Amino acid sequence: MGRFYCRISHSVSLSVSLSVSLVLCFSIASFPAYAEKNMSGVWVGNYSEDFPDRLPGPELGDYGGLPINDADRLRAQSWSASLIALPEYQCRVHPSDYASSFANIRIWDEHDPISEELTAVRIQHFAWQTRRTIWMDGREHPPEYAAHTSMGFSTGEWAGHQLKVTTTHLKEGWLRRNGVTRSDQATVTEYFIRHDNILNWTVIIDDPVYFDEPFIRNRDYIYSIDNQIANYPCDPVVEMVRESGYIPHHLPGENTDMLIYSNRHDIPLEGAMGGAMTMYPEYMQRLLELPKPSELDDQ
Amino acid sequence: MLFNKMNKFFLLAALLFAASANAQVDFDEIEVEVLKVRDNIFMLVGSGGNITVQVGDEGVLIIDTQYAQLSDKILAKIGELSDKPLRYIINTHHHGDHVGGNATLKAAGFTPSGGNVGGDLGDAGEGARILAHENVLLHMAADEAVSTDMWPTMTYFTEKKDIYFNGEGIRVLHQPDAHTDGDSIIFFRKSDVITSGDAYITSFYPYIDMPSGGTLQGFIDAANSIIDLIIPVYGQDGGTLVIPGHGRLSDIGDVLNWREMLTIIRDRIYDMKDRGMSLEEVLAARPTRDYDPRWAGEGIFSTENFVTAAYMTLD
Repeated sequence: MGRFYCRISHSVSLSVSLSVSLVLCFSIASFPAYAEKNMSGVWVGNYSEDFPDRLPGPELGDYGGLPINDADRLRAQSWSASLIALPEYQCRVHPSDYASSFANIRIWDEHDPISEELTAVRIQHFAWQTRRTIWMDGREHPPEYAAHTSMGFSTGEWAGHQLKVTTTHLKEGWLRRNGVTRSDQATVTEYFIRHDNILNWTVIIDDPVYFDEPFIRNRDYIYSIDNQIANYPCDPVVEMVRESGYIPHHLPGENTDMLIYSNRHDIPLEGAMGGAMTMYPEYMQRLLELPKPSELDDQ
Repeated sequence: MLFNKMNKFFLLAALLFAASANAQVDFDEIEVEVLKVRDNIFMLVGSGGNITVQVGDEGVLIIDTQYAQLSDKILAKIGELSDKPLRYIINTHHHGDHVGGNATLKAAGFTPSGGNVGGDLGDAGEGARILAHENVLLHMAADEAVSTDMWPTMTYFTEKKDIYFNGEGIRVLHQPDAHTDGDSIIFFRKSDVITSGDAYITSFYPYIDMPSGGTLQGFIDAANSIIDLIIPVYGQDGGTLVIPGHGRLSDIGDVLNWREMLTIIRDRIYDMKDRGMSLEEVLAARPTRDYDPRWAGEGIFSTENFVTAAYMTLD
């Protein structure tokens, strides 16, 4: 691992040779032969054509490009945005596998104070100041009966210069902020790859409950020397008086909101409803063959 | 008439499932594992319902006892957590996977007695006390296969029963007509931990034990009661913790998801029933199809069993 301990001689006079030795000593100590990359610092999300989805948020009824199965589609179609007006839902945090969707992050390392071995990588996300730990000390994942959390339980290892992270023990969360669910049985694999001042963060979500294929999200971040992560208070309040235990949702077949995205952009409803096939470029051809909402209106 | 027939069906199904599940378990292979929940609260996982253990200077309190075949292993684990005597057993309900070890564990315990109690009741100091809702005793007493030494020795028939043990208030709250008509959830006020029994689980759909008074609405009411007791930490990962009847240690997020599922399914089935759909038509419409991949189990935890019982118990 390139650990280097320097011992300074107690000889009375500093000879030229000792000076050279010290220079060599500090030089080598400054450049230890670690395989891992240093990713510490504040990283700013690099937005492009996906800005509307990542910051303002997705439109209602846009499940396109997501490998969801029929069960997850019905859950999304049953979802009502009024749910997040309930006090107990207002301060639910973004799960760790959603965090790369938007906003800035801070990364820092934790090292054993004696050996200087990397023991953990910590990541703080802007939203709700969520903090997660990626354990680098080789520990096992806990048993299934241990608590699941929004951040999950993460362990990391170096694959060359890539930090590979495996996360289990996630609570049920969301894949998109419009009701598309990711189950609590999912396993997430992430790769953090630093190229100078660019950080590439790849998230691969394998959900045996709701996905037909793994979902892959890839985001770029830019290293920032003049940003910090602000605080993010959240105090739930009663926004409207409702009957205790009331859960807003749409009964099957009664959700007209799910047509909003398709109609607004004149995209065939099948494409908007997602599914593994909608992730692939060849699906563009099928989209061209399907009737658009405007064409259906004309009939 | 239909209700009575369905009750018999459910009773038979439950008995057959319990018998077959018990017969399939090789108890020699089961390890009882311990999960620390709070400083003096632990969750024991083996086969059957999760066990809660509270330890302190006054002794040991446990909630539920799993199967009798595991009692020695359970006692060994409790012995690793405390050298004090087992003083209280609380039963969340009367099912065999939660009370099976009552007799052995009770016998291993101790209840201080003296004065009037010692003089009036000769066996008052023999073994730990077993506390449960009165309906638990009634169900166990009605079952000839349940020996009297498994029965609760303290019962309550009101909304709640409080005890103070090991430096904290412990509130036992009756949850009417949820999993059964004798369900209790237990709130450790200082430790900030709730034990839910089978009124809340994380493994499968709820088993609505209709012959024992269970209803879907009772499950939803119990979930709302648990949520009312919970105060989450900022970020909602933690705060009040919940030890479920089966499955993993939980907090508010898990219970919210559970309540959301039950409420949405209730509303769908209620709507179908309100439109005059028969049970067969409701089953064919698959009102739980978005939750089945996560929650459907086998036997009494199957989708068919759950939807049928939900339909039967919704007014």
